[in-house]
Amino acid sequence: MSTLRILNNSAVTATALIVPVILLLAAPWWVLAAAVVALAAWMALTRAGHQTVSIARVGIATLGQRLGSSSVVVVGIAGVVGVLVALLAMAAGFEATLAQTGTDDTAIVLRAGSQSETNSIVDHASAQIITQAPQVLRTEHGQPLASPELVVVATLPKRSTGLDANVEIRGVGEGAWDLHRSIKINEGRKFSPGLRELMAGKSAHEQFKGLDVGSTLKLNGQLWNVVGIFDSGDSHNSEVWGDSPVVGATYRRGSNTNSVVVRLTDAGAFDGFKAGLASDPRLKVDVMTTRDYYNRQSETMGRLIRVVGTTIAVIMAIGAVFGSLNTMYAAVSARAREIATLRAIGFRGGPVIVSVLLETMLLALLGGALGATLTWAIFDNYTASTLGMNFSQVVFSFRVSPVLLWSGLKWALAIGFIGGVFPAMRAARMSVTAGLREL
Amino acid sequence: MKYFQLIWAALFRRKTRTIFTLLSVLAAFLLFGLLNSVHSAFTGASNSVAGASRLITVSKISMTLSLPKSLHERIAAQPGVAEVTYANWFGGIYQDPKNFFPSQAVADNFLDLYPEWELPADQRKAFHDIRTGAIVGASLAEKYHWKVGDKIPLQATIFPQKDGSNTWTFDLVGIYHVTDPNLRGQENNFYFNWAYLDEARQFDKGTVGWYVVKLADRNNADQVAGAIDALSFDSDHETKTESEQAFTAAFAGQFGDIGLIVGAIIGAVFFTLVLLTGNTMAQAVRERVPELAILKTLGFTNRSVLALVLAESVLLLVLGGVAGLALAGVLVNALRTSLPAMGPTSPMVPVGAASWLQGLCLMVLVGLIVGALPAVRGMRLKIVDALSGR
Repeated sequence: MSTLRILNNSAVTATALIVPVILLLAAPWWVLAAAVVALAAWMALTRAGHQTVSIARVGIATLGQRLGSSSVVVVGIAGVVGVLVALLAMAAGFEATLAQTGTDDTAIVLRAGSQSETNSIVDHASAQIITQAPQVLRTEHGQPLASPELVVVATLPKRSTGLDANVEIRGVGEGAWDLHRSIKINEGRKFSPGLRELMAGKSAHEQFKGLDVGSTLKLNGQLWNVVGIFDSGDSHNSEVWGDSPVVGATYRRGSNTNSVVVRLTDAGAFDGFKAGLASDPRLKVDVMTTRDYYNRQSETMGRLIRVVGTTIAVIMAIGAVFGSLNTMYAAVSARAREIATLRAIGFRGGPVIVSVLLETMLLALLGGALGATLTWAIFDNYTASTLGMNFSQVVFSFRVSPVLLWSGLKWALAIGFIGGVFPAMRAARMSVTAGLREL
Repeated sequence: MKYFQLIWAALFRRKTRTIFTLLSVLAAFLLFGLLNSVHSAFTGASNSVAGASRLITVSKISMTLSLPKSLHERIAAQPGVAEVTYANWFGGIYQDPKNFFPSQAVADNFLDLYPEWELPADQRKAFHDIRTGAIVGASLAEKYHWKVGDKIPLQATIFPQKDGSNTWTFDLVGIYHVTDPNLRGQENNFYFNWAYLDEARQFDKGTVGWYVVKLADRNNADQVAGAIDALSFDSDHETKTESEQAFTAAFAGQFGDIGLIVGAIIGAVFFTLVLLTGNTMAQAVRERVPELAILKTLGFTNRSVLALVLAESVLLLVLGGVAGLALAGVLVNALRTSLPAMGPTSPMVPVGAASWLQGLCLMVLVGLIVGALPAVRGMRLKIVDALSGR
């Protein structure tokens, strides 16, 4: 019977805890802002509110005497928030870099079933058919805006470690400059068609040795000159570009390319373009908008980092909750006599609970702000790179966005809430007579 | 040991506080175990003993380019080479691109060079005899509920068949096991016969992805590697040969500095842990000042009071830590097969002896650090002051 009651009790407590925590984590900012305003109004206007303020004031004023144990709450929560925000910023940065690369009005055509450019082969004849599709935008001279592209991988030493890593060499067609309209030339000039000349993306240049303008590079036994640095603001920045036929000749690809990228007359033309190519018996291809293609590339990695990051943060949060519980139980028992005295002179249980909770959540907020600020200072725009879908390095920057900082603070508040609610209940339930006898 | 009961009683003097602290310690070591498992999945494979006597030969330009199969005989003829085999990346997809696992076409003698993969002799023979035969690691078979005799269709991402079809169907003829926990990640692979691939594929016939060379004497690694690379020097398919360890370490390094990330997180966790358990120990000793004074009155020396407090804090860490690592072991085994593979290995390996050893050292170390200040305080107590509550 008693086991049943305990089970029942813990089920009730668990629900009582989980529901507000989920509400807290899921609530948009204005709900929380409204809750804060309501709490402030309650404290300013009602009698119980006044009592809460005066109990909380004593608690906060005496924090200094409990500096060591209070810092456990602050540092513990700062750690959780810091790790959570840093890992989520990594996922966000990686996804944002790839998401920017694609648009809705450019499409990429790959061999059916190939998933990524390195796996795909499109022969010259197919490339011709694809670029002649009616939905492909043309220049005033009637040239289709299309770029048959070739992706090969070269090995270069990284600046940071000196170790070899893969860099993507992309052979692009003449249409590439009109296809990728965001591209700026930072230094030097464009490569000349037909020559062994390369342009390095900004991130590739920063990441790898030997990509300065004027340097020469040996690719498959042939010497190439680096003539310029471009900035596309997206994942093409991790690549090195050359003329597609010349790259093809160097890597003995014949006239085959890996993919064909085209600019469509407008985003609405995509369905017609896709249907047209699918119904052509001469072709066996997959057609995607580039936005779709690049989003898909970041999906697995982004999800993996997010899942791992959240798991780590949850485990750390559990540790931090127990730390906060210890601290706050100690704080409550240190103030046992004071609280009992207050109860004896007519203070109610509610204000005691709220004031202890307030104190814990204030400490938690402090910790959350500390963790979030540190992460922002260290990791915002921190550059990292990993192996992307084309088996070469993709450079990206961490993005510590306000949204992430905000969710970090919400985690902090949730930890503070769980860590404060039990000690607060104990403080309220303490028997007045026993409390008064306490040393 | 005779004081064990005394230490135990002191530790659980305040049950709630000790249990909460234990749970925090548990969470910290659970994380330590999990992250260590990820870390060794990336580095562990490069430390295997069998791997030390193997070299990997890939194209010098990039490991994605293929090499002519004609090199096989020439490499095999080099002095110092005991055996050569070759393999080709296939990159097949089972049902959905999300179900990624490494799939490779391998030469007939491939398994001879990888004695750490255990395959029953009859299955080995079947793999040799059946052209469309395939073998998979036990973890992978378990994940998709495959058993010997199943037909497994894979969608090719690189190699269409001659008729343009992307579907390759394989007969599962064997399931291999890997006993070394550090290499357990390799149980996630799918292997089939290179001869089948080469016969049925549309292009790239007569090429292989990479060669694996077994050294007659592992001390000759550098000379043999140099001799192999000299074979193709100045040709249009120059090679780069290095030890398997160097090769896998370089590959893992390309994903990013996992070691740095893991180190930073563990650092943050343990900094917090030291503060947290330190606080608990400080509280515990502060409360017990009169008791410690009584112990001293009874004749306990300063040093034994110091030892008692230190032992108590080490015990606290070890209790929580062992439970945390054990839980990590259970969780890793549950997660290992359900996580997507990253490159050549699954992203986790079981918590092995090395992790336990490191973990135990950390427990004792953290225990000593957090116990030090309270213990010194206990040692320096003056009986008169302590008993009178000054």
